Amino acid sequence: MVYAIDVANVEKKYGSFTALAGVSLQVEEGEFFALLGPNGAGKTTLISTLAGLTHPSAGTLKVMGHDVVSHYREARKALGIVPQEIVFDPFFSVRETLQFQAGYFGIARTAQLDSWIDELLAKLSLTDKADKNMRQLSGGMKRRVLVAQALVHRPPVIVLDEPTAGVDVELRQTLWSFIRELNTKGHTILLTTHYLEEAQQLCSRIAMMKLGKIVALDTTDHLLSAFSERVLRVKLAGELPQPLASQRIKQEGKAENCWHYFSIHDYNEVEVLLCRLREAGAVITNLEVTEPELEEVFVKIMNQNDSSVGHAT
Amino acid sequence: MIGFQTLLKKEILRFWKVAFQTVAAPILTSMLYLLIFAHVMAGSNAAFEGVSYEQFLIPGLAMMTMLQNAFANSSSSLIQSKITGNILFILLPPLTPWNYYGAYVLAALVRGLAVGAGVFLVGVFLAHIPIHNMAWILVFALFGSAMMAALGIIAGLWADKFDQIAAFQNFIIMPLTFLSGVFYSIHSLPTFWQNLSHLNPFFYMIDGFRYGFFGKSDVSVWLSLAVTAGAFFCLSVATLHLLKSGYKLRQ
Repeated sequence: MVYAIDVANVEKKYGSFTALAGVSLQVEEGEFFALLGPNGAGKTTLISTLAGLTHPSAGTLKVMGHDVVSHYREARKALGIVPQEIVFDPFFSVRETLQFQAGYFGIARTAQLDSWIDELLAKLSLTDKADKNMRQLSGGMKRRVLVAQALVHRPPVIVLDEPTAGVDVELRQTLWSFIRELNTKGHTILLTTHYLEEAQQLCSRIAMMKLGKIVALDTTDHLLSAFSERVLRVKLAGELPQPLASQRIKQEGKAENCWHYFSIHDYNEVEVLLCRLREAGAVITNLEVTEPELEEVFVKIMNQNDSSVGHAT
Repeated sequence: MIGFQTLLKKEILRFWKVAFQTVAAPILTSMLYLLIFAHVMAGSNAAFEGVSYEQFLIPGLAMMTMLQNAFANSSSSLIQSKITGNILFILLPPLTPWNYYGAYVLAALVRGLAVGAGVFLVGVFLAHIPIHNMAWILVFALFGSAMMAALGIIAGLWADKFDQIAAFQNFIIMPLTFLSGVFYSIHSLPTFWQNLSHLNPFFYMIDGFRYGFFGKSDVSVWLSLAVTAGAFFCLSVATLHLLKSGYKLRQ
């Protein structure tokens, strides 16, 4: 089977510092995959190695079956990268920037290319900026141009390295709607982000990195169910009846402002628990159901000492 | 091939969009040299028999400006891209080391020739300049500029800040080009300085280029060709080696 991204035992050392310590992961074609981790975990080093910007010290990396070292031309054609840093060429306009980028990938200037560039500009709300010099664009607009540059050669695999850092809400929604559309059309997406709710909403599988290693690799659902839980919290007019105290997982606040927390696996348990509270004489003044959150999973995994969680595919 | 053509086009447009700074300014500087030196040296002994000082000076100035600008083009393009980070745009695509080498050298060559032609055209208004052999003129212009373009790539790859490129330009390129016999024939120098001039590769480029105009030179034109072509070849091999290894581009 040909993976969109296939990373096997990759190490990267800078002198005595180990940036990647034997990373292995596979991303299937059409997946929306998240690569998460704190700053310095090795995410960007892994992406740079995949893009050929960094030479691996050991191991192999393939994009759509092409080795990034021995068959770098095929591998790079298959890859579109949105870098973390905002960079631009101050000599050129938005349209020229995109035309050059397509040309570097061997795409001739045709009506088809021009219409694809127009489509990209429209999807990323840049049409009215097409002939503006890059220097005249705001930070958010420059980031959108970086996205367009990564897509201009229609790569099957798209890597987004923190694409929404410092981007306003409207643009974020536009961007994700476009990336989702590309994913629906079969493009594989690898995303790194510090906005964990984005990863939770978009990605079907997640890898978490810490100190150059993969410490968790599983489907989003599995990670959420294994490390986080759905919680029902209630406020009562009086004390929590004794028979239910043993079921409570924690409490916050005091007296009438006290929240009592109960773990639930599915919504049927909510009704059962509420019945038991009423039967025990409790008067409920407020209630909330909290969904599992990736942030909680992330914090738990990062605080663990063991080296790996979940199962690799 | 499209990748190479695109990079070449981008590199040419990069300097052309600021042509006042990259083409017009060096022509103006050369014109000032020409006016001042021609005035100061008026009536002094000509370097070659039957050749006035203005006539002697113009080809040398044109060549010196070509060499300096070819170097400036490739080195400044690379250091700017490295420092601003937009070098990424050409590192991510499937371009080969030959693509980078070819595009940077040819773009520098275009700038060098444009500036050289400009200096020559200005010179034509000030003095009659004979053309002994156009082929020699072109051979030295092309090899000399291409050699400097390759050296510019090496400097651009090596440097981590603008300061280092400026040092390379001001402490190596500038003295070697100024002391290469642009403004005088080395035969007018004491023996020690004549011998020292023979160690300066720029001397052979200027001398060979000037031979194309007057059919006269300080040393054999074939020796000048061998030094110029040899330097171009050696620097090209070194440049391609650095590009293939990803020196200071790919960690």
